[in-house]
Amino acid sequence: MYVKDTIAAISTAIGEGGIGIIRVSGPEAIEIVNKIFRSIRGKSLLEVDSYTAHYGHIVDSTEEIIDEVITLVMKSPKTYTTEDIVEINCHGGMVPLRKVLDLILKEGARLADPGEFTKRAFLNGRIDLAQAEAIIDLIRSQTETGLRVAMNQLEGGLSQKVGEIRQDLIKLLAHLEATIDFPEDEIEDFNSDELSDRIDGIAKKVEKLLRTSQKGKILKEGIETAIIGRPNVGKSSLLNALLREKRAIVTEIPGTTRDIIEEVINIDGIPVKIIDTAGIRDTEDIVEKIGVERSEEFLNRADLVLLVLDAHQGITAEDRKLMGSIKEKDAVIIANKLDLDSKLDFTEIEEILTDKPIVKTAAVENQGIDELEDVISNLVFSGEIKNEDQTLITNMRHKNALDRAYQMLLDVKKTFELDLPNDFITIDLRAALEAVGEITGDTIGEDIIDQIFADFCLGK
Amino acid sequence: MTDYDIIVVGAGHAGCEAALAAARMGYKTLILTLNADHIALMPCNPSIGGPAKGHIVREIDALGGEMAKNIDKSYINIRMLNTSKGPAVHALRAQADKHKYQYEMTKVLQEQENLDLKQTIVTDLVVEDNVVKGVKTITGVTYAAKKVVLTTGTSLDGKVIIGDVKYTGGRQGEFAATDLAKSLKEAGINLERFQTATPPRIDRNTIDPEKMNLHPSSKEPLKFSFFREYEDRETRPCWLTYTGEKTREVMVENIEHSPLSTGIVEGSGPRYCPSIDRKIMRFPDKLTHQVFVEPEGLYTNELYLNGLTTSMPEEIQLKVVRSVPGLEKAEIMRPGYAVEYEYIPPYQLKPTMENKVIAGLYTAGQLNGTSGYEEAAAQGLMAGINAVLDIKGEEPLILKRSDSYIGVLIDDLVTKGTSEPYRMLTSRAEYRLILRQDNADLRLTPIGYRLGLISEENYNKVEAKRTAIKENLAKLNEITVTPTKEVRGLLEELGSGGLKKAVSLATILERPEVSYKDLKRFSLEAPEVDEEVGEQLEIETKYRGYIGRQLKQVDKFKYMEEKKIPQDIDYHQLTNLRKEAREKLDNIRPMSIGQASRISGVSPADISVLMIYLEEMQRGGKE
Repeated sequence: MYVKDTIAAISTAIGEGGIGIIRVSGPEAIEIVNKIFRSIRGKSLLEVDSYTAHYGHIVDSTEEIIDEVITLVMKSPKTYTTEDIVEINCHGGMVPLRKVLDLILKEGARLADPGEFTKRAFLNGRIDLAQAEAIIDLIRSQTETGLRVAMNQLEGGLSQKVGEIRQDLIKLLAHLEATIDFPEDEIEDFNSDELSDRIDGIAKKVEKLLRTSQKGKILKEGIETAIIGRPNVGKSSLLNALLREKRAIVTEIPGTTRDIIEEVINIDGIPVKIIDTAGIRDTEDIVEKIGVERSEEFLNRADLVLLVLDAHQGITAEDRKLMGSIKEKDAVIIANKLDLDSKLDFTEIEEILTDKPIVKTAAVENQGIDELEDVISNLVFSGEIKNEDQTLITNMRHKNALDRAYQMLLDVKKTFELDLPNDFITIDLRAALEAVGEITGDTIGEDIIDQIFADFCLGK
Repeated sequence: MTDYDIIVVGAGHAGCEAALAAARMGYKTLILTLNADHIALMPCNPSIGGPAKGHIVREIDALGGEMAKNIDKSYINIRMLNTSKGPAVHALRAQADKHKYQYEMTKVLQEQENLDLKQTIVTDLVVEDNVVKGVKTITGVTYAAKKVVLTTGTSLDGKVIIGDVKYTGGRQGEFAATDLAKSLKEAGINLERFQTATPPRIDRNTIDPEKMNLHPSSKEPLKFSFFREYEDRETRPCWLTYTGEKTREVMVENIEHSPLSTGIVEGSGPRYCPSIDRKIMRFPDKLTHQVFVEPEGLYTNELYLNGLTTSMPEEIQLKVVRSVPGLEKAEIMRPGYAVEYEYIPPYQLKPTMENKVIAGLYTAGQLNGTSGYEEAAAQGLMAGINAVLDIKGEEPLILKRSDSYIGVLIDDLVTKGTSEPYRMLTSRAEYRLILRQDNADLRLTPIGYRLGLISEENYNKVEAKRTAIKENLAKLNEITVTPTKEVRGLLEELGSGGLKKAVSLATILERPEVSYKDLKRFSLEAPEVDEEVGEQLEIETKYRGYIGRQLKQVDKFKYMEEKKIPQDIDYHQLTNLRKEAREKLDNIRPMSIGQASRISGVSPADISVLMIYLEEMQRGGKE
């Protein structure tokens, strides 16, 4: 609720469309974006003029490129909110957009509340008085819708899981606080192993919940799937078979599918976003090359790779190279054109890619497509999700809050390892409790004090 | 009769601070008490301090109040608690000679310029058009005043309970203020009922110290006041013993006489001060409970049984006491008892301690639903200061949650209210790390000086300390230590790790194993400072990361506190607020957006709506 901090959000409608804009507003907006932006010309955003655009890349902590972007820097006070604003135009679709936002939040921005940019614009005297009522309606309705959505989600396992974590934190804090506020009451102090175990236990629960956010994201936003293979092995035919309609042009001339086509198909409720790519191979053709470079980028960030081999031609040197490049990825090997004579050596495939499933198809004949869908579904729902635990973090706000809580718990561990007194341990524990409370809408209030009196016989 | 600027009703811990502050600020003040021999009485435990409470005493001192000096003059046992739990929660706790505490405070009141002290019973508040004009006494005398500060403690319609006996009285052996309670209700003030209790006192000649653990006073020259030199004194030990199976048997056998069963005591009692009846029945797994046997003074044999609070019939109290090792032959000198009283639920207060209904009426202490001498004194001081500031037509003094425990206390009361007698705890303060007892002077003395409650000399002393801290902190960051063989040896000797490259002396001090006094051994340039400055340098250096983070939080907090809300808003017209929020806001009438956001039942969306409304109003006003 503090209006002095820096907020960020995706400001274009979520859905399809190549370009997405992330807006960051607040005193640290430029500083935060500058940390993850690498200008092509090596410029620092801290030194640029207001209302200038800068081309470059957003990189993660390992300097790996997340997206190619144009950033627009607008300085206070002549901006929409009257605060410093940076807008990042991302090109890579939803997944990189989310990743960029994630990075910005990690650098210290807070995910904006519904209508918060407009609210700031109004509070800072930027927009007209007549708009005030409209903003109130917006806040009211969006908050309530947001709350309803959140409540629906929270009614399930999530609220219980988050509630458990919150309760663990309160119990631990109550114990520490009781020893501080009632030092003469002989409350048993934690020995250091116990305390360390308790903190680890809570951190593990948070981490477990956070891990589900990846799967939750997949269910919500879809799984980015790249179809790769040499030219003319049948990638477009495969896509068409999956789509069950003719969208991509299928020809016999290598390299005709130049543009990247994104299609979403529904497999067992999982939105699978298929990117049909230009053939991946070394090529001298300039126009083709652009397509190929982009294909490789897609390959790098795809959640799932479908490698198509031409069974009729057998394994070529190029195929071997491709197989080598997907060893670390979730992938399915598709032996296509099995309606023709097969010259494929399956043992060789299994030697290179030991644990990847192989599906035999004849895409133009629509053969093997159901099996392929089953394999994809199994990959996504492998193990824990389907069998054990339906609690998923699908909400960015919740993930953000849990991320912060986790970070605080790591900080608690550091404090603990430095052998600092209990008072310092309570500082980050409280911050973690506050972060977790944001998910369920609980503030700290009297909770800790109530817990102290519930757990301990105190006072004289 | 003489007219006064300020009349203080009640001469307990709140009343004394209120009257002294008003008189010291130069205003003609009258303090009225039911019993002039009971000034600054300690009717419960004659102890001052402990976590958070000790912090409050230091803050009172830093602002120019009297409590710290008075306990320093009169304590007979003192200890520093929580020494292993971090500097922010170190806390002094002292056992007073309860008589000396009273006499010393009485002397201070009587010697204070601008202050008259009289014994009487106030029966009525004189109010015209919702503005206080003075008070009327039982003997028909009316005293006129510009401001009235009520600090009547538990005496409003008080009832004392021992066993099945319940009689009217403010404390055992004292009058109740029954007429005044009626007068307040007639003036439109809401009253509710709380209760609290105290343990029996026993004769020191009848205990067996051999069976108990001795807790002597600390040998360190400990003191509460920043501005008074330490004095040597005669001390008395405390003892610690435990209840056991025998106590439990007595309790179970006689439980039908406990207020837990009889229901004779009305109102909510404090959770942090449970009766021994409640402790044994509520926590059956806990086989023993502590009993601190504490001296009440140098000139009395009375011992306070801290942990054995009960209001059972007297003969059962004796059985309970005698079931405890070391107390088998104890004689009770005063039985424990419970007291029920009316208090003013504090949503009716402004953060200045002024009543929202009756202008010019200030209330402080137990009357506002708190418990504890320290909490009372802090409120009294703030009420006295704000009554004067209002007469002067100056801005009120409202301390923030980030300034002081006093700020947390008053904000909690007026914003959140309380469902039990309120006690201050360090866990109530969100910026605990910067609200330390060691820096109360640095935080608050400039305010006390501005008000005229701190002398020029003492103010200069604190400012010199501030400068010394700043300059020497800079020096510590400039002086370099190189990893010579000698330095590495020193570090090893102190149990600290190696050193690879040259670092500042501050970086060396950051290590947990290195204390300020060790620095001289690392560098001859290490600044020579007095102990208090050294302590600050050590804390500021060792914990600078944590302190920095907390200061950042404080910045954000202050931003919201500075967004003021006009007091004449008609919340019922803000239909975009939820009904619960409208009612709560109307009831509490917060001073700032920050305060509004702390009210339970007011959501972040409500706050957004409120902020937009305020902006709208402000722009409307400009046109």
